[in-house]
Amino acid sequence: MSVQTADSANKVTAPRPYAGRATVTDLLKRPETGALIGTIGVFVFFAVFGGSNFTAASGTATWLNPAAELGIIAVPVGLLMIAGELDLSVGSILASSSMTLAIISGYWDYPILVGILAALALGAVTGFLNGVIVTRTQVPSFVVTLATNFGLAGLALGVTRAITGSTSVAITTDGWAKTAFGSYVSDKFEVAIFWWLAVLVVVGFILHLSKYGNWIFAVGGDLVSARATGIPTNRVKIALFIGSGLGAALVGVIQTITYNSAQVANGQAFVFNTIIAVVIGGVLLTGGYGSVIGVLFGTLTFSIVGQGIYYTGWNPDWAALFLGALLLVAVLMNNTFRRMALSYGPRKKKD
Amino acid sequence: MSTPLLKLADVNKSFGTTDVLTDINLEVYAGEVLCLLGDNGAGKSTLIKVLSGFHEPTSGQVHVDGAPVLFRSPRDASEHGIACVHQFGGTFPLMTIGRSFFVGAEPTKGWGPFKRLNTKFAGDVAVHEMQSLGITRVTDGNRLVGGLSGGERQALAIGRAVYFGANVLILDEPTAALGVKEAAHVLRIIMQARKKGVAVILVTHNVTHAMTVGDHFAVLIRGALAADFRKGERSREEITDLMAGGEAMAELEAELAEHQESHDGSVHTSSH
Repeated sequence: MSVQTADSANKVTAPRPYAGRATVTDLLKRPETGALIGTIGVFVFFAVFGGSNFTAASGTATWLNPAAELGIIAVPVGLLMIAGELDLSVGSILASSSMTLAIISGYWDYPILVGILAALALGAVTGFLNGVIVTRTQVPSFVVTLATNFGLAGLALGVTRAITGSTSVAITTDGWAKTAFGSYVSDKFEVAIFWWLAVLVVVGFILHLSKYGNWIFAVGGDLVSARATGIPTNRVKIALFIGSGLGAALVGVIQTITYNSAQVANGQAFVFNTIIAVVIGGVLLTGGYGSVIGVLFGTLTFSIVGQGIYYTGWNPDWAALFLGALLLVAVLMNNTFRRMALSYGPRKKKD
Repeated sequence: MSTPLLKLADVNKSFGTTDVLTDINLEVYAGEVLCLLGDNGAGKSTLIKVLSGFHEPTSGQVHVDGAPVLFRSPRDASEHGIACVHQFGGTFPLMTIGRSFFVGAEPTKGWGPFKRLNTKFAGDVAVHEMQSLGITRVTDGNRLVGGLSGGERQALAIGRAVYFGANVLILDEPTAALGVKEAAHVLRIIMQARKKGVAVILVTHNVTHAMTVGDHFAVLIRGALAADFRKGERSREEITDLMAGGEAMAELEAELAEHQESHDGSVHTSSH
């Protein structure tokens, strides 16, 4: 016993031999491994059945572009879900911020910057309200954000129709705004992909490297204990709701400038697609577990399955069936990997 | 002996018209294990909730290091160095050992907006603190808390409390859900904490566990201190009898209470 203690005491000070040298077992214990396998799996599947059109640059763009738009929202939504909350209001935030931009800078012809800032502010304010209502009233975020989604959709429709008399508003942009939000790289890849990468880097830093990430995991893992350690749990949640609101508003801005118009009914598909992408990516629906890289893979998987079917020559009516099955398989697989992560592993010593 | 770390003077607690604790006098010293014994409903939980700031006493005074204090919240109590460990018993199963050890007090490195969580430091400290409590199996702070055994989670929680300056640890039934071997493990961890000069308040049903680690014993029966004695002052048989007698007394009283409304539930209080 004493020999063993001395031996392990040395290990604490000496660099651990396996630190930084990932073994296959360690890899299998990462939360995102299941999501990575899923992404590779569906890619190979559609590369085989979709042929060279799917793997060509144009084929890649057809799933990477929607993946970028989905990902910009899914990453902050994933963060929120790790903290144990849902945001179902992203659909209406996207539509209404998109409409805000189109009305201010298209219909009324104010400078584009004003419109963009107003659109982002709308996302942030809605997220803030979601967060305040959830933390103050203890009503589940599922209900609160569902209500916000409906309420905001109605508000956007009513206001848009009252101002413009239509449900669709055109806007033309050029210059820096078009380049930054609505341009294409080599005529195929939306600039949104770079926004997505930026969001991944920033949110990845917050979640995995900063101390705030630890707070997020703790809030989602056990709210009462997190509060007992002094974490401002309400402020953490409100900040995360603002984050998902901003993500949705950013996609609203990107879509409006890319497609030169705003539709009042846009974006509702994002409500569930973001949750599906996040869950495929290995985030635990009840909170406390997940990773940004996992959400990246989940988003890619979702997008590849959604678009890949058009390259197979099969009837695309079946795409939703694929997605449903994929979601179920992904969750089962993620549960398995989580169980593996929870086992202490082969280095177990008898004491 | 010097000033007690924690002292209760005539503490009463009632909820509405129900008196849960009656005139509790108790002293807790550094480097000692106080075993709080008693049947279910004897008021052990209420007593530790008063000690850890969840409840304010209805009357009476709590002293920390000789000075009177009033805990309005668990945070108040923990700022005075009193930590209730069950609050943190492995509650983040999906976090790594290092990260969960430092939740709410994360060590960082770097500057400005690029301050990063020092996960290596966190992991090393957590592992070191656990090892200093005799947990030799844990060598990697990057493992998930959910992979630890019950005893190891207790060590993580105790190690955390001690590291962040707790000098009174309250352990609520730490051995209750554990097997014989794991329970022995936890008792060994308690002895290690005691050796560091921490005062431990151990709430338990188990007389054997109490006898193994206790320096000082307090038996609660129906909200009153039925006995307060030091190690060696009573034999194992006497303690067992006291606890069993307490249970029998409680049963008897329950029967009597039906006929005799005005019965005083307290048994004689012996001073040491």
